[in-house]
Amino acid sequence: MIAVAASLELEAEVVAALATVIDPELDQPITDLGFVRSIRIDDAGVTVHLRLPTSFCASNFAYLMASDAVDALRRVPGVGAVSVLLDDHHDSDKINAGLAANAGYVGTFGDEADQDLDELRRTFQRKAHTAAMERCVMALLRSTGKTIEELPGLTLWHLPGGPQKDALLRRRTDIGLGIRPEDLVLVDDEGVPVPPEAAPLRLRFAKAVRISVEGNAHFCRGLLKTRYDDEPLTTRITNTRRSR
Amino acid sequence: MYEKNGEKYYICDAHIALWDARAENQRNIHGKQFIDCFYDYHKNLSPAEVVWDYDTYTYYGEQRLLKDLFEDGYVDHAIFQPAILSDFYKRGFGQTEDALALTRAHPDKLTYNHAWDPRHEEAGLEQLRKDADRMGLKGVKLYTAEWNGDSRGWKLDSEWSRRYLEECLKLGIKNIHVHKGPTIRPLDRDAFDVADIDQVATDYTELNFIVEHVGLPRLEDFCWIATQEPNVYGGLAVAMPFIHSRPGYFAQIIGELLYWIGEDRILFSSDYALWTPKWLVEQFVDFQIPADQTEYAPITTAQKKKILGLNAAALYDLDVPEELRLPAGVGSTEEAVAS
Repeated sequence: MIAVAASLELEAEVVAALATVIDPELDQPITDLGFVRSIRIDDAGVTVHLRLPTSFCASNFAYLMASDAVDALRRVPGVGAVSVLLDDHHDSDKINAGLAANAGYVGTFGDEADQDLDELRRTFQRKAHTAAMERCVMALLRSTGKTIEELPGLTLWHLPGGPQKDALLRRRTDIGLGIRPEDLVLVDDEGVPVPPEAAPLRLRFAKAVRISVEGNAHFCRGLLKTRYDDEPLTTRITNTRRSR
Repeated sequence: MYEKNGEKYYICDAHIALWDARAENQRNIHGKQFIDCFYDYHKNLSPAEVVWDYDTYTYYGEQRLLKDLFEDGYVDHAIFQPAILSDFYKRGFGQTEDALALTRAHPDKLTYNHAWDPRHEEAGLEQLRKDADRMGLKGVKLYTAEWNGDSRGWKLDSEWSRRYLEECLKLGIKNIHVHKGPTIRPLDRDAFDVADIDQVATDYTELNFIVEHVGLPRLEDFCWIATQEPNVYGGLAVAMPFIHSRPGYFAQIIGELLYWIGEDRILFSSDYALWTPKWLVEQFVDFQIPADQTEYAPITTAQKKKILGLNAAALYDLDVPEELRLPAGVGSTEEAVAS
């Protein structure tokens, strides 16, 4: 019984690890999006198959999620050998070979890549922050009936607690912005305060960013469902591990 | 022409194709992956009653195209925007000669845009001159994500691309349609990034740059550059069918576009045969911003007329019948007409 409990505990940790992997364009965990097709845990380790809404989803993002999944799984104590495979993608062979060989992004794509994906990741972390900021500020404006011009010096302290604020704080941390109560909410990607006269436009653009990110998520979820209409969108988990 | 509640709409479908994706034309697995991806788009976003079977979708032919657009689909004029994709298909994906022959048979109904690829360098430039002469080109459709040997795409502001744009200016090809797609080299950048359009739009102000699918999935970046560049337009391919499956989201897209770039620079497209125009036209004419989206003004009938055809007609010098034009001076100040 102890062995079974340990094995189930490991399974829960594997799922939790995968839930930390975010689709950068959609700003949502791959576990929520249905991208984790299957998890197989046995005595040797864990094998995870990922799937995406189309075979032509951008290779760089596909690689980013797959390699983030490898990294997250390797942090699970006692997990054993980690294998992540991307199914049904035009670059599946290349990406899967690269992941198996620990080749890294540049090693995987060779001449096609000339730098790592850090800058790409940052671009989308900034977008995610912009969208999260807009959600918080608009919720505050709606609840107080005020305009943004009437709230100069808006700080994190002024935002009511809850999932939206938590999401904003996480995204601020991702791009290196402060999360102290006195920190200003309306800042640019580098944390520079937005002057009052520029606040409406910053908020207006932030809205376009949010709509774009949310819209992409609608589209991708719908396409995944259509593409895999003959199988469940939940993750198929097989666990034959006898102990941790 | 489409008529509803006494209003008549001139319809220009600014993005159509005549493709052949049948198995015998597929060069490799990517040819199958590509059409399967299109078919999933079609199935996912079309109303159930207008979904085609897979075989028809891979090849539908000229007669079906004429019927879907001009008999059933209310379209007055349509513009071919081919994707050649010769690395994926033996005889190409878009059927150049068939589409051209159809255009010659129906010059009042069809315009044929062709493509160029700056990676063909000098030889491609010479070909462009010949194509412009033979095809009578007014526009081109550029698919920057097209594979070519080891290359998975190119940028509009590259040196060779600029030479092609300059040649377009000389040849009187003023409408440059740009389709952004994934996997542009180098892969470590965002392939959907529209920044290269910003650059060339600034440098070639006599050309019109029509960004297909309004920059989706980077709507915000498209809006941002289009706001600053008066010669940048948005094509509604791919965005249109959300009107059925996600009307609230469609309202946000249209609301954002009207806010950022205005009613004169948005072009209707069905992206045929990804989707068919009949239901898109009907639903767009009936469409209104939902009451709870108070941040957007209602869409006016005049705005719908511009988007559905008058804007594209202006870019392509199409002859719009008098009764389908707007009275001079009708613009965004017109009061919303409840539908």
